[in-house]
Amino acid sequence: MKSLKSYAILYLIFLYAPIFLLPLFAFNSSTVIAFPLTSFTTEWFTTLLTLTEMHGALLNSLKIALTSAVLATILGIFAAMAATRYTFPGQRGIMGFIMLPLVLPEIIVAVSLLIVILRMGFNTGAWSVIAGHTLICTPFAIAILQSAFASLDPSLEEAAYDLGETPASTFRLVTLPLVMPGIISALLISFTISMDEFIIAFFLTGAEPTLPVYLFSMMRFPKLLPAVMALGTILVVLSILLIVIAEFFRRRGAKRAGLKDTGGFL
Amino acid sequence: MTFGDKMRRFFRSEQGVGMMLVSPTALYALLLLAVPLVAIFVISFWTQTGVRDFDTTFTLANYKEALTDPLYRQLMLRSLMVSGLVTLITVVLAFPIAYFVSFGVKPEHKSLWIFLITIPFWTSYLIRVFLWKVILGYNGVLNSGLLAVGAIDEPLSFILYNVNAVIITLAHAYAPFAILPIFVALEKIDRSLLEASRDLGESRTMTFLRVTLPLAAPGVVAAVLIVFIPTIGDYVTPRLVGGPGGLMIANMIQTQFLRLNNAPLGATLAVLAMLIVAVIAIVFMLLGNKAAGGNTGGRRK
Repeated sequence: MKSLKSYAILYLIFLYAPIFLLPLFAFNSSTVIAFPLTSFTTEWFTTLLTLTEMHGALLNSLKIALTSAVLATILGIFAAMAATRYTFPGQRGIMGFIMLPLVLPEIIVAVSLLIVILRMGFNTGAWSVIAGHTLICTPFAIAILQSAFASLDPSLEEAAYDLGETPASTFRLVTLPLVMPGIISALLISFTISMDEFIIAFFLTGAEPTLPVYLFSMMRFPKLLPAVMALGTILVVLSILLIVIAEFFRRRGAKRAGLKDTGGFL
Repeated sequence: MTFGDKMRRFFRSEQGVGMMLVSPTALYALLLLAVPLVAIFVISFWTQTGVRDFDTTFTLANYKEALTDPLYRQLMLRSLMVSGLVTLITVVLAFPIAYFVSFGVKPEHKSLWIFLITIPFWTSYLIRVFLWKVILGYNGVLNSGLLAVGAIDEPLSFILYNVNAVIITLAHAYAPFAILPIFVALEKIDRSLLEASRDLGESRTMTFLRVTLPLAAPGVVAAVLIVFIPTIGDYVTPRLVGGPGGLMIANMIQTQFLRLNNAPLGATLAVLAMLIVAVIAIVFMLLGNKAAGGNTGGRRK
């Protein structure tokens, strides 16, 4: 086990190595991304402030991520409730199909949506990115919400019915507060996925780029590389922050339900 | 009982409520996933005539072109080889980690380990791939670092803009995908089975080979599929670090759709790629189930 442990630690270092390089070069004054490091600077972060096009992309991305996260979580609540509390005909097939975007290459989702949108005579834009992102975020939301619903004690809802609550008020007063940590976790995860997603946005964004699409176009200009590192640092820190908060809520939900924590979202 | 009564009764039953609840999500997947997938299949038999116009007469010309043109065949074979190798590397490297977290870590620390392993997965894929480009470049982080410490005399050039770079980058990106399913399968193993095996005189190695490994097989199969299927359609990695010799089928699909304005041929390539992946995945699943079932005579749930 000792040698396995050192292997595991080496593996973790390998996993994190590229991410650790980001801040290193984002604060390095040299315009070339290479060792040895020269001196500390925050110049590249101030450069970001001057890229007005990027600010539009950022707003666009925030709008898309927020909408997709809310839609995916709502769709996730429906499916997770149906899958954990009820049995219905064709359940395995239907749920399997809803979860399919988890493994389907994103380019397939992107081109197939693009072709339908163009064929129907619409133009792509933020709305089509939202449609695509909702599709790929929903399975993640379902995975999180399913464990939240599964850990819910059905006798609590039955008690509410016995005390005269309607199904709607029971959901609002009993079910919703109990699965709330799961819902927040699903919202944050979906938001993060949408915020970082590139392929679907690249195909479906039309004239207004999202932040990752803009970042991709920045990568072609060597002069902008330090700024790419700075923006990358911000995005990665933001993602990690959101994920840590999501994990906190997921665990709190599991604890509230009195479950032993088995770790991980998936 | 009238039809209306029957409907009313169904929608009050357990099955009916379940169906009603799942229907918004199912409908969304139907409209935005099933319909587009069918559309792409249909369009693969058409011919492009204008920017948004198609000749909708049924033709197999696209399939003929996709299967006979050496360029497409080369890209397809390369995609298969790259994702096959990436799958092999990630799963082999991931198994010891999953084993360590499941068997060597205290129960209260397991979720922390799993969380640490999955964090990088939640950060921007585009940025992670771009970082590999920066790391592996001719004047990149690795070369400049090795030069600075005197380990090499001139920059290594075989590590960027080729298939090697694509494989390294993808193996790094998909590592957490491989660890999780194997970990879940290992966690499900009843520890008393391992004790029984040791009590009956099997060595540690034999216990691992004859008890642990077969019981972990479903997790390994899941890990293989979860890495193999998406990597074959990866676009960003070959585009950023692959160079001309490292491009894969997804890059050609993008070129057909966005550059050459030949959606039917792009659709054909997408359909063929999915078809090949599906066949390989099904064969692999059958083999995996056989391996898992054959060795143990039934799996624990």
